[in-house]
Amino acid sequence: MTPTITPYRPAQRAGRDGFPQLLHAEWTKFRTVRGWVIGMVAAALMVVLVALLAGASSVQHDLPAVPIGPGGEPVTDSFYFVHQPLAGNGSITVSVSALTGSIPSAPGDLQPGIVPWAKAGLIIKESTRQGSAYAAIMVTSRHGVRMQDNYINDTAGLPGPVSAASVRWLRLDRSGDAVTGYDSADGTHWAKVGTVHVDGLGPTVEGGLFVASPPWVQGMGTEGSVSTAVFGDPRIQGGWAGGKWTGDQVGPESRSFSGYPGNTSGSFTESDGSLTVTGAGDIAPAVRATLPSGGVIGDILTGTFAALIAVIVVGTLFITTEYREDLIYVTLAASPRRSRVLAAKAIVLGVVTFAAGLAGAVVAVPLGERLARANGVYLFPVTSSSLLRVEFGTAALLAAASILALAVGTMFRRSAGAVTTVIVAVVLPYILVANPFMPDSVSDWLTRVTPAAAFAVQQTLVPYHQVTSIYTPYNGYYPLAPWAGFAVLAGYAAVALALAAVLLRRRDA
Amino acid sequence: MRLALHAEWTKIRTVASPLSLLLGTIAATVALSVAVTSVLTCGAAGCRSDTTKLSLTGVELGQALVAILAVLVISGEYSSGMIRTTLAAMPHRATVLAAKAVILTGIVAAAGTVAVLGSLLAGRLILPGHGFTAARGYPALSLADGPTLRAAVGSILYLALIALLSLGVATVVRDSATSIGVVLGLLYLVPILSQVIGNPHWQRLLQQIGPMSAGLAIQATTDLRSLPISPWAGLGVTAGWAAAALLAGGLLLRMRDA
Repeated sequence: MTPTITPYRPAQRAGRDGFPQLLHAEWTKFRTVRGWVIGMVAAALMVVLVALLAGASSVQHDLPAVPIGPGGEPVTDSFYFVHQPLAGNGSITVSVSALTGSIPSAPGDLQPGIVPWAKAGLIIKESTRQGSAYAAIMVTSRHGVRMQDNYINDTAGLPGPVSAASVRWLRLDRSGDAVTGYDSADGTHWAKVGTVHVDGLGPTVEGGLFVASPPWVQGMGTEGSVSTAVFGDPRIQGGWAGGKWTGDQVGPESRSFSGYPGNTSGSFTESDGSLTVTGAGDIAPAVRATLPSGGVIGDILTGTFAALIAVIVVGTLFITTEYREDLIYVTLAASPRRSRVLAAKAIVLGVVTFAAGLAGAVVAVPLGERLARANGVYLFPVTSSSLLRVEFGTAALLAAASILALAVGTMFRRSAGAVTTVIVAVVLPYILVANPFMPDSVSDWLTRVTPAAAFAVQQTLVPYHQVTSIYTPYNGYYPLAPWAGFAVLAGYAAVALALAAVLLRRRDA
Repeated sequence: MRLALHAEWTKIRTVASPLSLLLGTIAATVALSVAVTSVLTCGAAGCRSDTTKLSLTGVELGQALVAILAVLVISGEYSSGMIRTTLAAMPHRATVLAAKAVILTGIVAAAGTVAVLGSLLAGRLILPGHGFTAARGYPALSLADGPTLRAAVGSILYLALIALLSLGVATVVRDSATSIGVVLGLLYLVPILSQVIGNPHWQRLLQQIGPMSAGLAIQATTDLRSLPISPWAGLGVTAGWAAAALLAGGLLLRMRDA
């Protein structure tokens, strides 16, 4: 009787081919290629190094301080103020019968014309210190009557321009912290424009007439303008006692004030109860064009572009190297469901790039900010939630770009064309936008439809409807909201990945 | 050298991708130039535009395709192993690189001429319809105009120099993806990074040494004083980059195993 021989059974279990194993395989490939790991580390370092460069290269100790409004935001607070101290509660009424101006034509030359937000009206202000609290009611050249307070708040009153045939009456009434503005087209029928609560006005305020004339925006630059208003019959009522008017230029030397054009200057003349006041400047939040020396987080993170090139190269190589080394046959033999291979690659690459980008951004932003502040650079304020959005958005931007590169690399199967396509798609639009000759319509279009729209995640500046300025991507204002801009890039990456999956399944490897 | 030239010409001629890349360079350059000029408008308030430079905007895109072509000329041989055959047939390695450089310069200059002339022609046809008329101080673009001729010839030379720079970098790096990354990084990053340099002196210096920011000064026809570097000196900087890259590539090609 022959003994039965038990066949040899290996103790090892059969290999599993689940998705976690696929992820593990791709992660092993990634971390064992030294060039790819170096590429990712380099990407993070680029972000930090450029932040150091940006922070260290600019020294602004000798510039005057930036005026800061009650809300902590930088402001423009330069205007011609015909004022007197007013104690306690009371009201002030005036009519405006003309608002005309001069705008620059050629360098050093002026022509008649008026900027859309030229302002003339009544203001009560904590003091003549720049950035102090105020409430004002005014006529504007193109936006009708407005009531504004504390630089950022704006309420519309009577529409239409002012002229001798359509005179506007304005009234400002103070009762404690509450200031109410009224307007009227005939001086007898009054309508309330709004009541605002202004903290910190104090028992005695400076009140009176003002004229402001923001810079004229032309093409890529701004130049100072000047405006003149004719006021009639100023009446001070209630608890306020009328006194003598004093004319002053508020904030004559300010970083956010471009000064008077040509040989003009601020002034006021009084005759037969009417006052003619000439002024320049603005009472408004500062924007990039009025405060060009102000820094933003987006500048500190300019290294993102260098990082992009690195992650695009690595993302492309993550798939094209498999084709070049013929490893793709092994990969696809081991895992015949090809879309899953691509998904595993995209996840590994996306996570690694996100981590590298986040590490770079989280280190770069505080370092760059600290260096810039130490050098006297004023940085536009950012809320902590916006800062988080910028940091995570930058990491997400890099991750999406690397996945786009992976997808395009899968489609092309060759590195050179894939790398160029993705770099050109993401980086070149930004370079075109940065060309000062580029018209606004092109900049707008390029940052809406190309993958470069994603740089909107780094935007921290806020455009204001009551400030006419240059709100272009070059100045840090993107046409799309931050995550909407990112969604454009993510959309490109998703579509490219889907196309790549289809091609990978249809084609022979 | 004649044999080497003939060999390189045969290689370029018989592979499909160089021809499509050259046609792509022309198409991309003209297309971007047309796109930019067709959205420009000169309103009644007047306009301050360098119409020649804007008509040649496409070169900023076309150079990317030139870079691919130039990188593939050498890295393609490394990825397919062809380089060993090439060097076995022609052991004098500097000659191989020189022959590649000559052939590349020739074909890129030819395609660049078509691309640049096409862009200028598009500008000449499109711009008058957008308010850029002689009455407003914008005569139709013409090569008879000295600065425009300089911009056109300079742009062609610029494209050829970018090809040589890319060839040099690819000879050093050998991997096509990394080479393209290095070349496009050199070209595109300098103008972006120079924006964040707060010190005007350093900013200017960076723009003076960047291969693209200096080289494209050749396209400017107005406001030459505001340029970081004068047109021909700027093209000289790009030529310096190309020469340095080729020299480094040539030395490494001789010293390293293939």
